[in-house]
Amino acid sequence: MSRGIAKEPAVAIRGLKVVFGGVVEAVDGVDLTLERGQAVALIGESGSGKSVTLRAIMRLNPERRTRIEGEIRVAGREVMTLSSRALRALRGREVAMIFQEPLLALDPVYTVGRQITEAIRQHEKIGSEAARRRALQLFERVRIPSPERRLDSYPHEMSGGMRQRAMIALALACRPQVLLADEPTTALDATVQIQILLLLRELQAELGLSTIFVTHDLGAAVEVADRIAVMYAGRIVEEGSARDVVLAPHHPYTIGLLRSRADGALAKGSRLETIPGSPPDLAARPPGCPFAPRCFLAEDRCRVDAPPDVVVATGHRAACWHTEAAHAAFQGDRARLLEAAV
Amino acid sequence: MSTPIGQPTVPPDRDRGGPAQPLLSIDGLVKHFPVKKGLGGRPAVVRAVDGVDFTILKGETLGIVGESGCGKSTTARLIMGLMPHDSGELLFDGELIGGRALPWRDFRAQTQMVFQDSYASLNPRMTVEGSIAFGPRVHGVPKRQAIERARSLLARVGLEPSRFAARYPHELSGGQRQRVNIARALALQPRLVVLDEAVSALDKSVEAQVLNLLMDLKQEFALTYLFISHDLNVVRFLCDRVAVMYLGQVVEIGPADTVLASPAHPYTAALLSSMPSMDPDARTQVAPLAGDPPNPIDPPPGCRFHPRCTLAEEVCKGRVPPLAPVDPVHRVACLARQPGSGHSAAPTLSVAA
Repeated sequence: MSRGIAKEPAVAIRGLKVVFGGVVEAVDGVDLTLERGQAVALIGESGSGKSVTLRAIMRLNPERRTRIEGEIRVAGREVMTLSSRALRALRGREVAMIFQEPLLALDPVYTVGRQITEAIRQHEKIGSEAARRRALQLFERVRIPSPERRLDSYPHEMSGGMRQRAMIALALACRPQVLLADEPTTALDATVQIQILLLLRELQAELGLSTIFVTHDLGAAVEVADRIAVMYAGRIVEEGSARDVVLAPHHPYTIGLLRSRADGALAKGSRLETIPGSPPDLAARPPGCPFAPRCFLAEDRCRVDAPPDVVVATGHRAACWHTEAAHAAFQGDRARLLEAAV
Repeated sequence: MSTPIGQPTVPPDRDRGGPAQPLLSIDGLVKHFPVKKGLGGRPAVVRAVDGVDFTILKGETLGIVGESGCGKSTTARLIMGLMPHDSGELLFDGELIGGRALPWRDFRAQTQMVFQDSYASLNPRMTVEGSIAFGPRVHGVPKRQAIERARSLLARVGLEPSRFAARYPHELSGGQRQRVNIARALALQPRLVVLDEAVSALDKSVEAQVLNLLMDLKQEFALTYLFISHDLNVVRFLCDRVAVMYLGQVVEIGPADTVLASPAHPYTAALLSSMPSMDPDARTQVAPLAGDPPNPIDPPPGCRFHPRCTLAEEVCKGRVPPLAPVDPVHRVACLARQPGSGHSAAPTLSVAA
């Protein structure tokens, strides 16, 4: 690889728009940069467009029903214009993905070992013996107990946590540079979830992976991500380092998410602060800020003009007309919380 | 809204034992499922629920937490009579459920359940209003009155009847559907509502709305909740007491504030520290437990948690720890907490006994 390419970010998305069936604007102008070796978490509720954005990076959205605009560059290469052959070489080799439900993502009629060796041999000229040795190393790497035996297991013979480890091994089989993870721990039990989160964090640091991690769980994002991007109705409403977003949020939606967590409630029996209403219909998007109908700071301007991306600090942006007022409201919350604790 | 929701269908003499009698007592509940391992393999038994005792007091919210396969949902289904139990006793307000004084039909009129999957638990061919009115009609409420009650309940759970009553389940969002399920559960004016992961499938902001609704309804209709969840934050917020289950047994039960702040059982402690920290400066460094929850087909002998436990000693492999009190309201099944158990960390006998 030439030097120029090495300096490019791992993934750069500019003005991404994804429209399904000509009407549903699932993603509406997303800009996102993933630096090399970094982990970014895309946070949002169902329908916020986070998974669609992730899939767009590998062009996994159904091509016939989807209209995509914008620019997606992976390691300096424009993904949108790749031929199907080049796309096949990209998938798995440079960009790999792990899914929420490994039982659905893995093929039920082949052993896990066979699926991994097949993936390796698809991309590399390598003998079956060598491929199997590599699969074994991968299984050891993701800490599957008795790996030799487990290579010959079928997916249904494994427990949920082990299946997710096997899928991580499969994703890493061809030593990709970019790892895309779509809710990788959502279907797992709490004690297993934390193991997988720690494994992902460890692998990311060790292999220098660049990771995009889609989740709806702020807690899981804080555990693995360097940066957090909060999505709402197909847009990134706030993006910054994990610290900034969780400890100094500037967008009313992020603040609403933090407030509505049951662990943030002042006391038992007190009511939870909620975000009223529900997300907008993506087929009939209101003008202005998509969050305005539910926002505690909304005024007339918000319902007419789309808010600008405000840089509130270095590397921290929020798309809101009232970033300062929002931040002040959050600080007020914290002060009250501290007071109540004393 | 001519019929107030509070109007009784079941005679108002429902409270029999007075406030001190538990609403529901479960004693030695057991449910095993026979399975065959492999093709023509040897028969085996899934010990889904293996000797569970607890009580639910009148007007409280009891939480049950645990991982998949611990038997929390099976326990709920056994309570509701959705499947027969193998052995054990269920008493509702002092009466044996299914006995002569309290046949299943009468019990079910007083106990309702809300499930996790809001779509699967509604009839897709019935309007929302029809679904809510269905239960009361089966129990003999005239049609018009049942529909009126359905509408006032819809209004109560925050869905305007004129807009929502005639809709079908697929025309609603997940949060709205779960509100319908809650309204349906309340239509028979139950005393006990079993909520099995009722908010788990909802987005966080919607979850908070539904939790608030549940708290309001509990007060308004004097309900008792059995709240099953895997989310400790939600349980801490909503529940008065909490029971922790592991492989078909209750390992710790006590006031939610005590159990979730200073857990006595090592498994409870591990569950708590498995929660993501929410603090970017203090990320979790070591996973508290290794491996997956074991299979309830062949639970380990002795204490079922011993293969994953940090406190495990030789004695834990051989002796089954009883669920014994650490103080009058807090019980735990761990040899390390029991005087005279032979575990090196056990407190000394003299004071307690």
